[in-house]
Amino acid sequence: MRKDQNLGEYLRTQGVSRRGFLKFCSATASLMALPPSAVAQVAEALASARRPSVIWLSFQECTGCTESLTRSHAPTVESLIFDAISLDYHHTLQVASGEGAEEARHAAMEENDGEYLLVVDGSIPLGNPGYSTIAGISNLDMLKDTAKGAAAVIAVGTCAAFGGIPQAFPNPTGAVSVSDIITDKPIINVSGCPPIPVVITGVLAHFLTFGTIPELDHLGRPTAFFGQTIHDRCYRRPFYERGQFAHTFDDEGARKGWCLYELGCKGPTSYNACATVKWNEGTSFPIGSGHGCLGCSEPGFWDHGSFYKPISAGLWGSKETLLGAAAAGAALGIGSAMAARARKNKAIKESEADSS
Amino acid sequence: MTLLDFARGPALQWSLIILVTGIIWRIVGALLLSSRKDLSVARRKSGLNDGLGAIATRSLPAHTFEKRIRFQHVTGYAWHLALFVTVLFFGPHILFFESLLGFSWPALPNGIVLFSAAVALAILIALLIRRANHPVQKLISNADDYISVILCILPLLTGILAFAHIGGRYETLLAIHLLSIEALFIWFPFGKLMHSAMTFPARFQAGTSFGRKGIKA
Repeated sequence: MRKDQNLGEYLRTQGVSRRGFLKFCSATASLMALPPSAVAQVAEALASARRPSVIWLSFQECTGCTESLTRSHAPTVESLIFDAISLDYHHTLQVASGEGAEEARHAAMEENDGEYLLVVDGSIPLGNPGYSTIAGISNLDMLKDTAKGAAAVIAVGTCAAFGGIPQAFPNPTGAVSVSDIITDKPIINVSGCPPIPVVITGVLAHFLTFGTIPELDHLGRPTAFFGQTIHDRCYRRPFYERGQFAHTFDDEGARKGWCLYELGCKGPTSYNACATVKWNEGTSFPIGSGHGCLGCSEPGFWDHGSFYKPISAGLWGSKETLLGAAAAGAALGIGSAMAARARKNKAIKESEADSS
Repeated sequence: MTLLDFARGPALQWSLIILVTGIIWRIVGALLLSSRKDLSVARRKSGLNDGLGAIATRSLPAHTFEKRIRFQHVTGYAWHLALFVTVLFFGPHILFFESLLGFSWPALPNGIVLFSAAVALAILIALLIRRANHPVQKLISNADDYISVILCILPLLTGILAFAHIGGRYETLLAIHLLSIEALFIWFPFGKLMHSAMTFPARFQAGTSFGRKGIKA
């Protein structure tokens, strides 16, 4: 896409029809919980949108978030919109490296000061600056430096949003999230391991349309996508209501598609759009494939106990400790009974002494 | 640590330790209490039948008071039955017990359990209101009674809210539900809720004692 092209022109050159574009706008408006009347506004704003400069920083991450976006499926309108941004720096994807790449980042920052979007995937290690560096620059310094002139920051993936897997116990690198460091910029957390591609483009579409960040929940996630639990929108929910559960991954309940609660599904406590948007062009999502939700869009999802332990089960169940408690109780009981007997015998003796 | 992690982890751990320690402490303490030697000649040899007989007869309303205590009797049985169904046969509860005990049993459909929970909750609220207003019950009630009833109401109420996703996010409701149960665990050994462990042994002991004296329990 040429810099002087707007998004509408670019999409037409890519063979996207007006009907297809409006369909995308309707779906986006619907996903973002906007009223039907907003579709025209979304279409107009998106069609005339100029390429926003985007700087993408990857810190302690596995590249899964980038893979999710770039390899999700054949090009669609949303992926073309993603293509249509001016991705001025993404050291995993760009050809340039080392100083050349850093020059591109600085150039983008200078040219678009105060207007560029900063996308971050991966957590930031505070334990030692040397744990993760790019061109000799620590993640912490690069984040602080790049965030200064950003209009907003999008923390893509659970690592950037909440610390994610690098922060899992015992957190050897002292990993923290973007919001733990950047406190003076609007931050949109698009969590998930990885996040759903259409959620990223939905957030971008919102920014392009309204020039603002979408409504966020208490964890900084767009409520349009993270407003409901997986469980609330799960197609297996009726089985939960009827108390029909799969007990193992290959029993009759599993084959009949019953609820996976007993197998540790974290859907009831996980807020994401997987159950509605799904993955791979709306084909399926983990529960649709017969595996419970891991709750990957939630903070500390790696440390909430086993993925296969039901939510209602305790995270603690030491029989040895309970036996110890029983032994302690028995000792207390014996002690208190002995003390009571001693008091009683003493009272009897005193009573007998008084009567004599 | 989230509130739910706290409720499922440390809070559960310590409340269970207090529950087990307290129950065993009180039972062992009661069993080892001394009693004066009965020097009278036994009217007849008492035994298992007297003890079990007392448990059975005292589980039915005494004929003399039958009409006057029918309400408490019926509601008492209904409440306990509904509570057992709710606690022992709800799928997620069984998973909780399985995580502690290592074994499980079949669950009842959610609709039946939800109905039981609603019945148990309604009865308990009605009994609480009655206790607070009935002149005699009011007179003989102390803080222990009210605390025990309220601590039984809370898990039922929060459990229904968590199940129906009413009043907050599920993880918050579930955490509050677990914490209310843990409060119950902590209170259990030290209040009148301990009757669930003491009632039948006490009746058995009374039955055998009466049998020795030739009294029909």
